Amino acid sequence: MFTYAAKRVLMTMPIMIGVSLVCFALVHLAPGDPLISVLPPDASQAIKDQLMVLYGFDRPYYEQFLRWLVRAVQGDLGTSIRTGRPVAAEIFKAVGNTLMIATLATFIGFVLGTFFGFVAGYFRGSWLDKLASAAAVFGVSVPHYWLGMILVIVFAVQLGWLPPTGAGPGGSEDWRWNWVHVQHLILPAVTMSVIPMGIIARTVRALVAEILSQEFIAGLRAKGLPELGVFRHVVKNVAPTSLAVMGIQLGYLLGGSILIETVFAWPGTGLLLNDAIFQRDLPLLQGTILVLALFFVALNLVVDVFQSALDPRIQRA
Amino acid sequence: MSAVPDGVVAGVAIARSPGYWVTVLWRFSRDPFAVVAALVVLGLIAMAVFAPWLAPQDPFHGMSLRRLRPPGSEGYPLGTDELGRDMLSRLIYGARISLFMGIVPVFAALAVGASIGIVAGYVGGWTNTVLMRTMDVFFAFPSVLLAVALAGALGPGILNSMLALTLVFVPPIARVAESVTTGVRTRDYVEAAKASGAGALIIIRKQVLGNVLGPIFVYAMSLIAVCMILASGLSFLGLGVKPPQPDWGLMLNTLRTAIYTQPLLCALPGLMIFITSISFNLMTDGLRSAMDIKA
Repeated sequence: MFTYAAKRVLMTMPIMIGVSLVCFALVHLAPGDPLISVLPPDASQAIKDQLMVLYGFDRPYYEQFLRWLVRAVQGDLGTSIRTGRPVAAEIFKAVGNTLMIATLATFIGFVLGTFFGFVAGYFRGSWLDKLASAAAVFGVSVPHYWLGMILVIVFAVQLGWLPPTGAGPGGSEDWRWNWVHVQHLILPAVTMSVIPMGIIARTVRALVAEILSQEFIAGLRAKGLPELGVFRHVVKNVAPTSLAVMGIQLGYLLGGSILIETVFAWPGTGLLLNDAIFQRDLPLLQGTILVLALFFVALNLVVDVFQSALDPRIQRA
Repeated sequence: MSAVPDGVVAGVAIARSPGYWVTVLWRFSRDPFAVVAALVVLGLIAMAVFAPWLAPQDPFHGMSLRRLRPPGSEGYPLGTDELGRDMLSRLIYGARISLFMGIVPVFAALAVGASIGIVAGYVGGWTNTVLMRTMDVFFAFPSVLLAVALAGALGPGILNSMLALTLVFVPPIARVAESVTTGVRTRDYVEAAKASGAGALIIIRKQVLGNVLGPIFVYAMSLIAVCMILASGLSFLGLGVKPPQPDWGLMLNTLRTAIYTQPLLCALPGLMIFITSISFNLMTDGLRSAMDIKA
């Protein structure tokens, strides 16, 4: 178990270095002057040069990369060109907000997805299967940003039950655990949950159907185990994979929250990314992408180790 | 272009056993959902191709006096957009860019990813390690994040976002191609070909390709729905198609301002994206079970 975990951690190191290299390179793909967003068009060459030195853009790429990497390891992701605040602080604030909707969405998606998946897998070929599978196909096919708009139209505009955008009353960004704030959480989280719902439902359906067709199930039934006991065996066999899918989905939602956050003006990492792109704030762009990607890598690692603890056969594979 | 008949015709030539593909087609035709979905896909493609003949009005010409008319208005069956342009015509024309951006990146990624995967899987050893570990790095990014980051770095535009989407889909296709090829490489018929003195290129062309392209192709097809949603998402964010081009994702974005006044109107472009992606998904599901490929 521990050797396996250690091996997986070691295997992750080169990927993390690769990821940071990609994040760094990405931003330098960007055409145009990196300081374009802060400099007035008529700035003198002297001021330009001064700022280039200040931000370190005058150094060769490899030196910029190494400096950036060493500082990033120490938790310093540079200064946002637009706001002048530390990038790490901006991201830290936003990550909390995104985690909140992503975690809630993954939870809703997991509960609904496993339910639909079990129903479809147990009653394969019946109308119940068709219904549950339709829900799964809906989840993986619907453009979720559009679904978000529809939910806003129905529940905010027509019915007036829930607020259409923002994370708090009057656009405030200070989160508190009370009903006024939780109301803002509902629509984005429900919208986001359709993606993990669809994917988990499909995975669970295939798993349940496969396990039910195995001989040990027939054996258990033949020796007279009540159906509830058989069900317990199925659950135990489905759990490792479906939990793993759930963990990875959380990572996808965290990294891919930009569309939902744009629809709902939710002040998370997605909105931060959106700002960074359109205001050409390179340090912020680099930092946000790096944090989200590294989070995804770390989550994958945790999921792998956790899955192998639940199902020791994986370690031998 | 119609992907399915192409694949089937090519498959007959490669597999040289018409029996298999006839069976697949027959099994596909027994799945009503898949058949309807395939017909919808063909209909959408026809709509894109014949847009100039189908659209009742000029999709670029707007009348500022007739902005945001609701669906069902006289002369505008689906209403008008925020610049007074006919919605029906724009939705019909929108099929062109939207389908193009949903399909082309997947095929480009199929060409690149399948090549990488087949080479890595067939050659093995260090080549495999280097190629696949590089792919792993791109796998470490959630797909939406990678697409947005690349499109954002390259700058808005159709070409840049198609390039970004292609890069997003190369690693997953390469991974599938690699695992399928690794499975085929040790089969007896490949050993037999080697023993009779066939070179690597000949073996890849004659023995490997025919047996791996089917599963890889079906996997790539299943990515078209994802690509549609991502491409429209990029345009929705303002990173893809630029105005005044009619594109469903961009229309969804520009009509957001009308969410309070004409909610029905601003739901229409998204409905088109949804219909397209669900049709591609159902069609691929049908194809996969007809070809008996495990997901």
